[in-house]
Amino acid sequence: MALAEAFPAPPRASLRAQILPIGIFLALAILPLVAPATGVGYLVSLGARIMIFAIAAVALDLLLGYGGLISFGHAAFIGLGAYAVGILAAHGFTDMLIALPAALAISALYAFLTGIVCLRTKGVYFIMITLAFGQMVYFTASSLAPYGGDDGLTIAARSTLLGFPLLKNDRALYYVVLLCLLGSYLFCRALVASRFGRVLRGAKENAVRMETVGFDVYRFQLTGYVIAGALAGLSGFMLANATEFVSPAYMSWQRSGELIVMVLLGGLGTLNGAIIGTAAYLLTEEWLSGYTESWKVIFGPVLVLVVLFARGGLIGLASALTRRLGRG
Amino acid sequence: MSTTLLVVQTLNGLQLGVLLFLIAAGLTLVFGVMDFINLAHGVQYMLGAYLAVAFYGVTGSFVAALVLALAAALAFGLLLEFAVFRQLYDRDHLDHVMATFGIILFLNHGVKMIWGAAPLSLPMPEALSGSVRLADGLIYPVWRLVIIASGLIVAALLYVLVAHTRIGMLVRAGATNAAMVSALGVNIRRLFMIVFGFGTMLAGFAGIMIAPILSVDPGMGDTVLILAFVVIVIGGIGSIRGAFLAALLIGLVDTLGRSFAVDILRPIMGPSPARTVGPAVASMLIYLLMAVVLYLRPTGLFPAKGR
Repeated sequence: MALAEAFPAPPRASLRAQILPIGIFLALAILPLVAPATGVGYLVSLGARIMIFAIAAVALDLLLGYGGLISFGHAAFIGLGAYAVGILAAHGFTDMLIALPAALAISALYAFLTGIVCLRTKGVYFIMITLAFGQMVYFTASSLAPYGGDDGLTIAARSTLLGFPLLKNDRALYYVVLLCLLGSYLFCRALVASRFGRVLRGAKENAVRMETVGFDVYRFQLTGYVIAGALAGLSGFMLANATEFVSPAYMSWQRSGELIVMVLLGGLGTLNGAIIGTAAYLLTEEWLSGYTESWKVIFGPVLVLVVLFARGGLIGLASALTRRLGRG
Repeated sequence: MSTTLLVVQTLNGLQLGVLLFLIAAGLTLVFGVMDFINLAHGVQYMLGAYLAVAFYGVTGSFVAALVLALAAALAFGLLLEFAVFRQLYDRDHLDHVMATFGIILFLNHGVKMIWGAAPLSLPMPEALSGSVRLADGLIYPVWRLVIIASGLIVAALLYVLVAHTRIGMLVRAGATNAAMVSALGVNIRRLFMIVFGFGTMLAGFAGIMIAPILSVDPGMGDTVLILAFVVIVIGGIGSIRGAFLAALLIGLVDTLGRSFAVDILRPIMGPSPARTVGPAVASMLIYLLMAVVLYLRPTGLFPAKGR
């Protein structure tokens, strides 16, 4: 039918197109093995942190890059996932067979309930209302006095699997996070290439046309919004376990802004770009904050320059460079 | 919940509403006329306050500081428009978000580098620093009344400007259909620049006026920015009238909610849970209000964009 012609599935995985993701995941897989040789002690935990945010960024790219839905409240879902872990742990439920489904369910449910309202609006209104719902969770968490309020909540121990302390070791946590990122990435790729993904992309190009063809765009977008929310909840579950601490700061609107920046920095609508952008952002933060406390004074203008001169983010920049080199 | 407290909090709510209007007026025009998402509007408010503190340090006079800071805020806004925003009007919203987010990072941490992270304060003019007795047992600071009055004056001036002058007509036309205005031979870029500069100055003015009451610190623009967004979305993007009504509504709902949520909930759920749930409900109130408004009217109460 027309849909398949208008949005053909990406050509079956030419090997060249796969080099980048395979390279990314191979590099991530061997990082803990080479980390001791570099002498940088925190490399494994930094890598885990990057991958945790990359899970949320990949999910956000699904909305931004493929759905054309500029969600400015994505950090709220991370926070909800993290608070699910923290609050359950405070009541003695530390098994991930309880905490993980709870984290996914609460973030998916919140995405569903807010999505019903948000997706009725378009454009700027959508940005603002997702932002407002994000703030709502932020302020709610800040006023949760029994769970630390503004100061946040320390988690006594990382989640266990049927009583076995699977995440206790930093390296084990790293590989579990890697598996989660790989799973999320492959899931999103399959989703984007599927009929569902094509409807989503079609609605981004022209929602009215998709409606006319007979698709209930609202339902597809709502489903996408819930999926992205749940994946961010997964990221929050991992974040809470990695830091053994949850705080309202996880879901401030600046966090949501940073997530958007991560996706754009890498390259919108590529999924690979979300991972690269997250790594670039957090590594730059790590690097610059080593020199000066006010590293954002440097980083802010860099973002402006990227918007002005590097359209398509790092991936766009790289492919433009290779094209130029290829031309000789 | 005495009447005195109710009156005082209502006045405080009005004052917050007027302040939000000063910020939201520029923001809603920039959104409506240029379809530009300016997250950096909040830091303009912050910058106004910092500039006023700096100029007060030099001149020692509040009025001189006010005038100089307004001029400097305007100049800085025009510089930003010229250097960055002008290149982005044709881009999509995501590019606006990222660029203006970069500007927020730069300015928030820039002022921290220059003036330090510790909160500063701006003394208010001596003559207006007292309190006035409005009724028996009802004393209210003069400066807050000054803020309310100046906000209402600005609102009236804006109304005349937008509804009864040629430039205002162009602004309204631009908010309805910018492409058509441009096709009719109006220099839309210059119109954009005027609107932008004016909006920046209003935000700066709000920052200066509130500085004697609040502390001037690097994050002060961020909270206010989100509230201003809520205001313009409820009011309808591009509509000054909508921004005014929504600003007063939000100011009142937020202030009264925060002061009375616990009292209202106490008889329903008992004192101890009320003390926990009350503040949470109070801080969620305006966002719930926004959700309800947008659910019923997805383009706000007074949408300017005609189709």
